[in-house]
Amino acid sequence: MTLVPSVLIPIAPGTNRNDELAMAFRAAGAEAHQVPLQALRSGEAKLADHQLLGLPGGFSYGDALGAGRLLALDLGGWFAESLAEATAREMPIIGICNGFQALVKAGLLPGRVEPSERGQDPRLPGGLTRTAGDQVVATLVENANGHFECRWVDLLPGSADSVWTRGLSGPLRCPVAHGEGRFVSSDLAAIEAADQVAFRYCTADGTPAGGRYPANPNGSDSDVAGIVDETGLVLGLMPHPEDHVFDRQDPQWRRELGGTCLTLFENGVRAVAGD
Amino acid sequence: MLVGVGTAGDAAREIAIVVGPGRFDSGPDGPAQKAKLFGVRADQIVEYRVFHVRGDLDPEQVELLASELLVDPVRQWWMHRSEHTPPSGHGRVTVIETGLRPGVTDREGAELVRAARELGLPVEAAAVASRWLIYGFLSDRHIQLLADRVLHNSVIERWALDELPPAHADLSATPTATAIIPLSGLDHHDLEELSRSRRLGLTAEEMVAIQKHFASEGREPTDGELETLAQTWSEHCSHKTFRAVISTPDGEIDGLLDTYLRGATDAINAPWVESAFVDNAGIVNFDNRFDIALKAETHNHPSALEPFGGANTGVGGVVRDILGVSAKPIALTDVLCFGPEDLRVAELPPGVLHPRRIRSGVIAGIGDYGNKIGVPNLAGAIFHDPSYTTTPLVFAGCVGLLPRGSHPTEPAAGDFVIMLGGAVGRDGVGGATFSSQSMGAETAEIAGSSVQIGDPVVEKGLIDVVIAAREAGLYSAITDCGAGGLSSAVGEMAEALGAEVDLAKVPRKYPGLAPWEVWLSEAQERMVLAVPDPVPLLALAEAWQVDATVIGWFTGEGRLVVNDGDDVVIDLDTSFLHHGRPRLHLQAAADDTRRGPRSPEELVGTTIEPVAALKALLSHPSLRSNESVIRTYDHEVLGGTVIRPYDGVEMDGPADGTVVVPPGTDGSDPTRGLAIGIGAAMLIGRHDCEAMAWAAVDEAIRNAVVAGADPDRLSLLDNFAWGNPNDPRTLARLVAACRGCHDAAVTYRAPFVSGKDSLFNEFVGPDGVPDPVTPTLIITAAGIVSDIGSIPAVGLMAPGNDIWLLGPHTGTLGGSHLDEVTGGDRGGHVPGPDPDAVLRHREMHRAIAAGLVVSAHDISEGGLAAAAAEWAHAGRRGVAITTAERHSPYELFGEGLGRYLIEVRPDNADDLAEAAPSARRVGWVTEDDRVRIGTELDISLEEVGQAFRSTKPIVATEAGPATAAGGGRR
Repeated sequence: MTLVPSVLIPIAPGTNRNDELAMAFRAAGAEAHQVPLQALRSGEAKLADHQLLGLPGGFSYGDALGAGRLLALDLGGWFAESLAEATAREMPIIGICNGFQALVKAGLLPGRVEPSERGQDPRLPGGLTRTAGDQVVATLVENANGHFECRWVDLLPGSADSVWTRGLSGPLRCPVAHGEGRFVSSDLAAIEAADQVAFRYCTADGTPAGGRYPANPNGSDSDVAGIVDETGLVLGLMPHPEDHVFDRQDPQWRRELGGTCLTLFENGVRAVAGD
Repeated sequence: MLVGVGTAGDAAREIAIVVGPGRFDSGPDGPAQKAKLFGVRADQIVEYRVFHVRGDLDPEQVELLASELLVDPVRQWWMHRSEHTPPSGHGRVTVIETGLRPGVTDREGAELVRAARELGLPVEAAAVASRWLIYGFLSDRHIQLLADRVLHNSVIERWALDELPPAHADLSATPTATAIIPLSGLDHHDLEELSRSRRLGLTAEEMVAIQKHFASEGREPTDGELETLAQTWSEHCSHKTFRAVISTPDGEIDGLLDTYLRGATDAINAPWVESAFVDNAGIVNFDNRFDIALKAETHNHPSALEPFGGANTGVGGVVRDILGVSAKPIALTDVLCFGPEDLRVAELPPGVLHPRRIRSGVIAGIGDYGNKIGVPNLAGAIFHDPSYTTTPLVFAGCVGLLPRGSHPTEPAAGDFVIMLGGAVGRDGVGGATFSSQSMGAETAEIAGSSVQIGDPVVEKGLIDVVIAAREAGLYSAITDCGAGGLSSAVGEMAEALGAEVDLAKVPRKYPGLAPWEVWLSEAQERMVLAVPDPVPLLALAEAWQVDATVIGWFTGEGRLVVNDGDDVVIDLDTSFLHHGRPRLHLQAAADDTRRGPRSPEELVGTTIEPVAALKALLSHPSLRSNESVIRTYDHEVLGGTVIRPYDGVEMDGPADGTVVVPPGTDGSDPTRGLAIGIGAAMLIGRHDCEAMAWAAVDEAIRNAVVAGADPDRLSLLDNFAWGNPNDPRTLARLVAACRGCHDAAVTYRAPFVSGKDSLFNEFVGPDGVPDPVTPTLIITAAGIVSDIGSIPAVGLMAPGNDIWLLGPHTGTLGGSHLDEVTGGDRGGHVPGPDPDAVLRHREMHRAIAAGLVVSAHDISEGGLAAAAAEWAHAGRRGVAITTAERHSPYELFGEGLGRYLIEVRPDNADDLAEAAPSARRVGWVTEDDRVRIGTELDISLEEVGQAFRSTKPIVATEAGPATAAGGGRR
């Protein structure tokens, strides 16, 4: 098929970074369609008409009741059927920042994970664990430093089998801009064992950040910046690869270029262009 | 009222749910630390969230609501508030609750109602509050202090021991009807009294004009008419001081705006200016297809009372100004002025918040709004001065992008008036008149209703709808609802045509509002559009989930008619409304600026150890690193940022100017950028306000030029924050500053395109003596970068490269930062107007455009030494500079106009000398990690970094009677 793949970018009230997500996908060779959520709900626009789904960053519904929470309610509610259909078609889905928060809170990430032998980690922030049976769950909580933070970070790619991250080499560089990005899970070992950690925060030379600020900007467990589901088709990450697809966006452009994230988007587009 | 463990079918009306775990905030900005400022020592303070829900919910529904909406099941729990008791065995625990006052914007409560209904739960109202557990033996007085000074702000919040009732709006209130306010027969004194008691802010002369007008119509005004006139004629809306006739000892000035600011713009007659001083924002050309919209606003009075809300709505307001010229916001700026952070609580005047509380609230408010609407915050500055303690200043700026010719400005008779945005409440009534008057100890209580909380999510929706409507050509005119609400927005648009509006159509947050309150409420996040065909616009707004309401139409009859159903609220002649205000006449004293030489030896005579002085300068609150602040603002969103506020090899060096490639110009040259520079020189203004204006304009231009802007293609914004212009001495300084702005702009050929004056920035204490703000002028320069590839790096790059100095090797020390950190106010020359500086700006740009400048830094606060240190720090490279045989404080720390440091490769020396003939080689980038100037200054990069990052000013002890930063006011 020679058709140009099309990415659907839904916009909830309070969503932003939809423009540059569209820009990144266009640079990667896709057509980008930015659509208000309401148009999907009314049936005016359909996920079925597209080959990719991109959930952008921002503050959907003002982050009321927790970041991504109310968008997750939409994803698990009236949008669930469209999503299930898309998943059945093996549609690559990317959720960035607020989109990641929504995917996690809707339970789409980390997806179905085999619990590790060690089992549930009882030492979650606040000292509490409430999980549904032995299902491995994750969430994103307030940054360890307690506030919104915007800075450039280095990312070490993992999940070599995912359509999104395959073939990525060396650290990628892009900014984070969030207040609730600290990744915690009831069973991180299980997610790691299943190779579902797609990105880890690292230092400029590619060494894992080891939890140290500012390389790990939010205190995420095991430096986790992004994960994929068990199929590798659904990727969620807190940093903003869509803000580094051109060299001019790199703050070190005068010193040392590198780490552009365009390949990540090209990977997603390539996965469906071959259909 | 409390909910028990009922059986199914037991419906509850009011439910209060506590969500945990609590938040232990033990950081430096945590409540326990802040409490120490007030002498209150709590062992620990833990915050829990409380959700109040009204509705007939059975226990299963409550369970569903809580588990689906209120808690994150991975890490949170919930319980009914009645079950939430402090743990025993921890000593004494006091419980207090804080929450918003009824009617204050509560986004989270509103979203909770919406989401609960999505789940099919019968929720009628919801409100969010905080429950604080305070550990430790605290007296009642200390609990009171803690609540008042740390945990809540009475302007928008309430508090109670143990349990606070929910803040649901009172739905039972009955509206009041329009009232007639008789004016006939009132004398001057009565009219003044009426103006005072209704807080109209109108002078006796203006009240007389109104009295005469209604006498000529043979009737009395309604309350709505009087309030509309007061808003429209307020300083905030009509800039009456800047339009006043001013008598000075040197003759009469026919309006500061026309004579000096617009006067300069007219004299320059720059071809790139599309629109200046006539619309919500200035409009200038970006390239041959797109224009840039520029605006900077002030939001001072509200930020003094409710720092978060004041700053928050300040950003919201200036973004709507940009939307009001049909431009898409692409960058924000903010300049903040606070009192000394180490101010002793005992020195705090009554009714005034501590500078640290104002600072943290304002910064959080700026960040919250910009981050949530998704517009990068790209430039700013923070200044400290004792006069800002009682009157903190918040300047919020915005840059927008629009295709040339896409902003319609002509409503037609028959067009509909459409209000975009949320429902109207009582908050924000009287914002314009409030901000046009002086403040005092009781202002917080009286003016509480003028202060609001913003709702950036609604504003993001406004941006999306307005830009989509512009693309589709759906409106014929647009403006924002600023201070004065519908009255100013519809009033302005209807100036030529007249309009008829029915307030009964306007959605309200709760009943009980008088019609004039609906008409005047500033309520944020609203725009007014003139629309020929409402159907497509209403459909567009619905798709974006933004409320839109047809509230009237443009009549073409020249009267502003406002009804509330059958009740006639207003029927005003628009020409009287807009042109009936008698022109103000003001008296300025002789210019008392202290120009001219004082003995330079006064200052130089003191022994200043250069390294100690440099550390004091780098740690001065107005110079030191604000990186920790900038990190809480999103400066990357939209993906167009090229030069960041903190840049360099470790991203911790201060950039002079910032650069953005405007997103959305797909198809245009992607190498073209917009540079933004900010300038201010308040220390010089203590001596000479005309020189301050020159220095501020020059600094803004230097910052933009270093970032690659063409100095012959600049546009400027002016922002004044001044005291009471009725004081002839204060006015004299304002005149001097305006004259300086004019002369500098004309000399530099950089036109002003928009501005904002904020007057009456003074605090009248209990002693009745006004404390005005130090004369404050902020200049923003925006310039075109034709090739972003030529922009110099931030920070030194490569050992072996040469350092060149462009401009004089020495500066002046009067009003300098060295003067400030070594005791202050010793006099001496201030940097005077320098007509040659413009030549150096052009030389600098020629060198940059030719690709010769590897990195660069302008010489500003702290002179050559501070500039070299910042530059070396940003690049983590050493530098050795020699500009003279001997480096006195004038060489090291003197300040002046049009001075730059440039890093150039040795093999480009000849080309640089040709591009910038005034430049000379003064040093080189070294292999080591030291900053050296002659033999007089030698400091390691590590010490520079420590001083720059210091959170407390380092005192320059060697200089004798030094004071901490902020000292030394005259």
